[in-house]
Amino acid sequence: MDPKAFRPPARVMIVAGKGGVGKTTVSAALAYCAASAGLETLIVEAEGKSGLTALFDRREPLGYQELVLSEPGQAGPGSAGLRARTLTPDDALVEYLEDHGLRRISKRLSATGTLDVVATAIPGIKDILVLGKVKQLEALSASRADGAPEFIVVDAPAAGHAVSFLASPFGLLDAAAVGPIRTQAADVIALLSDPERCQVMLVTMPEETPVNEAADTAFHLEDRTGVKLAPIVVNGLWPHLDLPGDTGGALLRAGAALDDSDLAALDRAAEFRRQRQKLQDAQVARLADMLPLEQLKLPYLFTTELGRSEVVTLSASLVEQLVRLRP
Amino acid sequence: MSALAQLAVERQTVICAGPGGVGKTTCAAAIALEGARLGRRACVVTIDPAKRLADALGLEVLTNEPHRVDLQRNAGPGELWALMLDTKTTFDDVVRRNAGSDEQARAILENRLYRNISGALGGTQEYMAMEKLYELHSEGRFDLVVVDTPPTRHALEFLDAPDRLLRFLNNRLFRLLMLPTRAGLRAIGMASQAMLRSISRVVGGAVVTDAMAFFSAFEGMEQGFRDRATRVQTLLADPGTAFVVVAAPRRDAVAEAIYFADRLRGSAARVETLVINRMFPSFGPLPTALGAGTPESPEVAALLTNLRDLDQVAGREEQHVAALAERLPGVPIVKVPFLSDDIHDLEGLTAVGRWLFGPPPEELRT
Repeated sequence: MDPKAFRPPARVMIVAGKGGVGKTTVSAALAYCAASAGLETLIVEAEGKSGLTALFDRREPLGYQELVLSEPGQAGPGSAGLRARTLTPDDALVEYLEDHGLRRISKRLSATGTLDVVATAIPGIKDILVLGKVKQLEALSASRADGAPEFIVVDAPAAGHAVSFLASPFGLLDAAAVGPIRTQAADVIALLSDPERCQVMLVTMPEETPVNEAADTAFHLEDRTGVKLAPIVVNGLWPHLDLPGDTGGALLRAGAALDDSDLAALDRAAEFRRQRQKLQDAQVARLADMLPLEQLKLPYLFTTELGRSEVVTLSASLVEQLVRLRP
Repeated sequence: MSALAQLAVERQTVICAGPGGVGKTTCAAAIALEGARLGRRACVVTIDPAKRLADALGLEVLTNEPHRVDLQRNAGPGELWALMLDTKTTFDDVVRRNAGSDEQARAILENRLYRNISGALGGTQEYMAMEKLYELHSEGRFDLVVVDTPPTRHALEFLDAPDRLLRFLNNRLFRLLMLPTRAGLRAIGMASQAMLRSISRVVGGAVVTDAMAFFSAFEGMEQGFRDRATRVQTLLADPGTAFVVVAAPRRDAVAEAIYFADRLRGSAARVETLVINRMFPSFGPLPTALGAGTPESPEVAALLTNLRDLDQVAGREEQHVAALAERLPGVPIVKVPFLSDDIHDLEGLTAVGRWLFGPPPEELRT
C-alpha cells in the first residue's frame, strides 16, 4: 500500500480511550501515516506523561516545546516532519492568563493556590483551555501558516475523562461563563461540530470492560458533544492462527517426534490460543453489535518493547484499512 | 497460609493501591470476601466498580453506608459488607461535623465554589476515601476494612490528598482579603485586591465573590480538618494497616507501581504484598527436539508459532515483574492469571481468591 494513499479524515483527530488500551501507540501510528503521506504532523499530548518519545526510539521526555520525532524525508520519500509537544491543563491555564494580561502575576497566582480556586470555581476551565489551544493550532493549520501543522493528533486524557474533557465547552456555555471564556467555549464547539475540522477516534481492546467502556464513551460523546466519531480502533488483536485440533496427530502426520511433556506444552498452548481467539472474536462481535462504527483492527505485537519499527508496522496497517473504508 | 490471606486475617485495614485498569476493585473485594470467609466482619470500600461487580455486591445505588452482602453459597462464619464511596456526601458530612454551627455548615454547603469542589478539585475523591476509611475504622464496627483507591494517574495521589486539600482551604490570598479588620494586613491586602480585580476581569466576578464567601464561611474550621488529616496519616502508618500494590505486567502499570513503592518507602507505611494481575500463562520455550529440523507442515508451524508467541509474551511479562520485584525486595508477589471473563459475581471473586490466597492451581504457571 502506497503511504501517499492516506487522506486525513479531519484536520484534528482526537484519540481517546481508557488507560492501557494503547491510545498513545495509536496516536503515534496515525500521526506517522500522515507524515509518511507528506503532511506536516503534530502530536499533542494532553496528559503530559506518556511513552510517546520511546515509541520513536527517543529517550528524552516530551515537554511544552515541540520535539521533532521524525525529520522530513525520514518516514519515506516525500514524507513530512512529525513533531510532538505536551499541552497539559496547567500549561493551558497559565498560558491563557498570560495571554490576558496576567503574565506579571501568574507565578503568584499559582504560588498562592489561586489558580486552584479559579479551576474549582469554573469546572472544566482547564479542559476548555486545552481545547481552545488545539483550536488555535487548527486555525493556524487551516490558514496554512508557515510551519503550521497540516494534521494534528491529540492524545486525549484517559477515558472517563474523555467525555468531560470534550463536553467542557457545552457545560461552560450553559453555566453562562463570562467574556473570553465564553467566546473560547463557543469557538471550541464550532470546532467539535465540524467533521471536516475535527473527529474523535476511540481506541479499545477486545476484552469485556474496555468494550463496554468504549461503547459508553461513544454514546456519551454523541449525546453530549455531537462530535463525529471516526472508525473505532480495536487494538491488540492476537493474529489468527490455524491450529490443528489434535496436536499429537499433527506432529505424527508431519513425522515429528516429541516427548510427552513437550507435546503437552504445545497442546496446552494451542488450547489457550484457541480460547483467546474465541474470546476476542466474541468481544469484537459484541462491539460491532453495540456500536455501529467501522472498526480498524490492529494486531497485538509480540516484540518486547514497542519502538519506531512497530509504529511503522501499525501505521501501514492503518493506512490499508482506512483506504479500504473510503467511499 | 499465604501472605495475602494472613493480611485478611490479621490486619484491621488493607489499602489496595495501583494504577487504573488492573483489577484493583476486584482484588479489594476478594480480600474482604476472604476475611469474611475466615470469620471476620469485613467491609470493602469501593470507588468506581464496574457495573456488574457492583450489582454482585448489591451496590446498585450510592449509599455511602455499608451494606451487608448476601454471600449465598459462599457464606462462612464472617460477614461481608460493601459500600460505594459517595465523595460529595462524605465531604458534606465532614463539613457538618466540623462546622461551629448549623448556619456555618449551611453557608458552606450552599456555596457555589464548595458545590464544585468534589467534582473539580483534584484529590478530593482520594481525601474522602481516606476520610471514609478513618470513619469506619474508628467506629469499630468492622474487624477489617479494605479500601480500593481511586484510579488516579498516579496511584499515590491519595497520600498527598489531605495536604493538597488543606492547602486549598488555607488559601492565603483569600484569607487575607476577608480579614479587612486586621489593620496590619492591609498593605498585603492592597496587592491582593489588585490581583483579584485582574482575575475578575478575565474569568468573571462571580468566581471571586463565590470564593470570598466560601473562605469566609470556612473560617475556624481548618483546625478540625488538620487534626483529622493527622489522624488519618497515623492510621496509614499503623502496624494494623497494610498496603497491597496491585499492578499488571505492562510497562506503564509497572512504572506507576514503582513510583508508588518509592514514595511509600519514605513513610512509615509499607507495601506488604504485590499482586500482579492478568498475567498470561507460560508454556515454556520451543521444544529443543524440533529446534533445527522443523518439519514443513503448516499445522506444526502454526503450533510452533503459537508457542513462540506465548513464550515471548510470558518473557516480556516476567521482565516487567522482575523490574518491579527488584524495587520491592522481600515483598511477596502473588501472580494472578488472565481470566477469560471479567469478574462479576461472588463465584468469580472466589475463583480469583484461589489464586490470591491459595497455592496456585498446578495446571498453569508455577
